[in-house]
Amino acid sequence: MSEKQKHASAYWKQNIKYLIILLSIWFIVSYGCGILFREELNQFRLGGFKLGFWFAQQGSIYVFVILIFVYVRLMNKLDKKYGFDE
Amino acid sequence: MSVHTWTWILVGITFTLYFGIAIWARAGSTKEFYVAGGDVSPLANGMATAADWMSAASFISMAGLISFMGYDGSVFLMGWTGGYVLLALLLAPYLRKFGKFTVPDFIGDRYYSNTARTVAVICALIVSFTYVAGQMRGVGIVFSQFLQVDINIGVIIGMTVVLIFAFLGGMKGITYTQVAQYCVLIFAFMVPAFFISMQMTGNIIPQIGMGGKVEGGAFLLDKLDTLHTELGFTEYTSGTKSTWDVFAITLALMVGTAGLPHVIVRFFTVPKVKDARKSAGLALLFIAILYTTAPAIAVFSRTNLIETVSEQEYKEIPSWFKNWENTGLIAWADKNGDGKIQYVAGDALSGKKPVYTDARGINGERLISNASTEKNELYVDRDIMVLANPEIAKLPNWVIALVAAGGLAAALSTAAGLLLVISTSISHDLIKKQLKPTISDKGELLAARISILVAIIIAGLFGIYPPGFVAAVVALAFGLAAASFFPAIILGIFDKRMNKEGAIAGMIVGIVLMLFYMIRYKTGLIGVMEARPASEWWFGTSPEGFGTIAMIVNVVVSVVVSRLTPAPPKDVQEMVENIRIPSGAGEASSH
Repeated sequence: MSEKQKHASAYWKQNIKYLIILLSIWFIVSYGCGILFREELNQFRLGGFKLGFWFAQQGSIYVFVILIFVYVRLMNKLDKKYGFDE
Repeated sequence: MSVHTWTWILVGITFTLYFGIAIWARAGSTKEFYVAGGDVSPLANGMATAADWMSAASFISMAGLISFMGYDGSVFLMGWTGGYVLLALLLAPYLRKFGKFTVPDFIGDRYYSNTARTVAVICALIVSFTYVAGQMRGVGIVFSQFLQVDINIGVIIGMTVVLIFAFLGGMKGITYTQVAQYCVLIFAFMVPAFFISMQMTGNIIPQIGMGGKVEGGAFLLDKLDTLHTELGFTEYTSGTKSTWDVFAITLALMVGTAGLPHVIVRFFTVPKVKDARKSAGLALLFIAILYTTAPAIAVFSRTNLIETVSEQEYKEIPSWFKNWENTGLIAWADKNGDGKIQYVAGDALSGKKPVYTDARGINGERLISNASTEKNELYVDRDIMVLANPEIAKLPNWVIALVAAGGLAAALSTAAGLLLVISTSISHDLIKKQLKPTISDKGELLAARISILVAIIIAGLFGIYPPGFVAAVVALAFGLAAASFFPAIILGIFDKRMNKEGAIAGMIVGIVLMLFYMIRYKTGLIGVMEARPASEWWFGTSPEGFGTIAMIVNVVVSVVVSRLTPAPPKDVQEMVENIRIPSGAGEASSH
């Protein structure tokens, strides 16, 4: 296997790892907090919001935006590390 | 000045702006026409994607739907934003690296098959036409209310406008028009929200005002829950759908968002893979501004509506009520003859829409012939909530006119993006790639323009004979996208072993299953004449959520079939390895 191919497969492996972590968070805030466990979370309040309701209508959206920007940063670093930067 | 005058002025100014941009950004080559030359900045692309994607449904219908659905409305909020995470992480960078013009292009090359390409073209056409129908209707509603013309004339005006800027500029013209349209629509959406939030909660930021306190010291949401319970509705923050259905609809909308061809194609317009990732993030940021405001508007307008109409004398009702009654979007039947409006749980009508007689009742209301026997006396069309909201809250006339201009911007930008996908699918994926590969650049450009013209006429017909609620129709387009494209693209990138047999089988099974379920349970055209009731849904899944099941079936079929048939050729496997790393993306090219 050439040096470049080794780099490519290491890069891909790390990329998949990032994806699994970020998509788990994506799943937990929306399907977890906003849907499956909302009744439990609704016992807690965030000001005028019941917490589960807040996650479903606003909280998850804020997290989504943050997730993408975290991904952009992580991948830019990864591109540089393995020399795939343009 | 009257609302009418203000509307003409604001719509006039914004339209002049769009036309100016369309003329400035005229496309000369297919590359400019399809992907705006491939040199759009991530910031501009983020805004254009946001406008492209936020449709008449997002702008006009969504807050209204949420307003009536309460917690259940969360499916739209999470579903239509969460899909961007999938798009940014799983699709955009790789498709950009692949560097072609369209989704069928990717499918056709990745699966080394013109059959796969054709299946993808058909899926793209079905999805885009379902979606564009809702947009044209939205344009018609806005024009008819604010410019006092017939809905059908409104649709025709909209068609003409889209035709001009799509025809001239292609993707290049559309991109920069969409940037302007984003600015108009977000400004138009936020201004009334600021005003109303300030009025109701004393906090100018609607996202925070939604959780704030109203006069008397109670939290707004608690007050709304109480109002709902008193009138016999389900608590606003609880909702009525089953947890599974909420789950399924949200997933179908998320995956559908990531699979929508007119959104995906936008990521081909930036120079680098890096830019594709970044512009997905920016697009969601711009979208999130509207999407976190919408639930706030929903709560404000719901509370306002109940307080303004419940138990009020019809004779004392504000003029907005009568205006909307005249356009046929509100109806009141005085069932107990007390001259007051009883707004409680239950259907006011025995059909979907009010059927007006020509006569007026003793209170001056428009009489309807299809009042139901239930106690509820008021019918309110959900689509009017955002448009009527500023009037209900007694905001100045220019704000009301601004909302009209914003609604038009939202509907037109999405319609233009979709029509471009339709025309590209035909001129590029069908004519250039399959029927007549020798066609010149000029000939292809002409074919693209002719197909836009035809597409607009068909879209206009859909707008004049609409298939249902704007947002509901759009929600089904997402199910179709989820059931067809998404698995084929994802598996194409992440599963090197996926071959053409698997992908083609998966796409066909997915879209046929989804179409069957949608037609059977939404319109009832298959089997019996009426749509089948909820009790007969498979696994308790609504048609809107069925995309999730169809998608899973698609994936299973694809994987099983691909493992039983030969592996893809070596050069295709190399191509997959190549799109996984970002360097050397080069420009989007046609060959």
